Amino acid sequence: MPDPAPSKSAAQPFPHLKEAAAPPQPLTLLAVITPIVGWLVPGGGHFLHRRWGRGALLALSVSSMFALGLMMQGKVYSANFGDILDVLGFVGDLGAGCLYLMTRAFDWGHPSINLATADYGTKFIIVAGLLNIISAVDAYDIAMGKKP
Amino acid sequence: MTLELSHFSAALVFSLFASIVFGITQKDTRPEMIRYGVRCFFTFALGVLAAGWFMYLLRR
Repeated sequence: MPDPAPSKSAAQPFPHLKEAAAPPQPLTLLAVITPIVGWLVPGGGHFLHRRWGRGALLALSVSSMFALGLMMQGKVYSANFGDILDVLGFVGDLGAGCLYLMTRAFDWGHPSINLATADYGTKFIIVAGLLNIISAVDAYDIAMGKKP
Repeated sequence: MTLELSHFSAALVFSLFASIVFGITQKDTRPEMIRYGVRCFFTFALGVLAAGWFMYLLRR
């Protein structure tokens, strides 16, 4: 006696995952440039894809957080190979792209924490960089067709 | 120019900007982005209040 035909749900246990997965896209020049521009200029990756509103909101959010961190006299980390927290702080700061490079070039930041609020400012600067990295990855997803 | 925010106001400003970025980057459509961003903001804000009360009670 032949086995009964498997039900549709048995053949595809996670059909929603199949639908969500986008077909692989070829790596284009735009897909390479987008995350770099998105990292250097907050919201820039979205501007490249003509997502003006999203890009403007991302640029406003990241730049405002970075600027508020500087105004709170937050510490700006420089390249170092010492304490692991200092290294991670530098990586977070570097995520802000040209905002960080301008801060270093014009010596806007503070090398140490002197006020109680400066500790908040330090975190604002680091998180602005991390949020900018998330934005750049999102712009890359748009370039690869994984996100509308 | 020096800006001195209280802990709570700094947390709210942080929540606002982080929620905007989370909403835009984690969802695909505009209504979903707005809903997720608002949910993130209130989660942050309520988390701050809850943590504040927890630490206050812990200290007593």
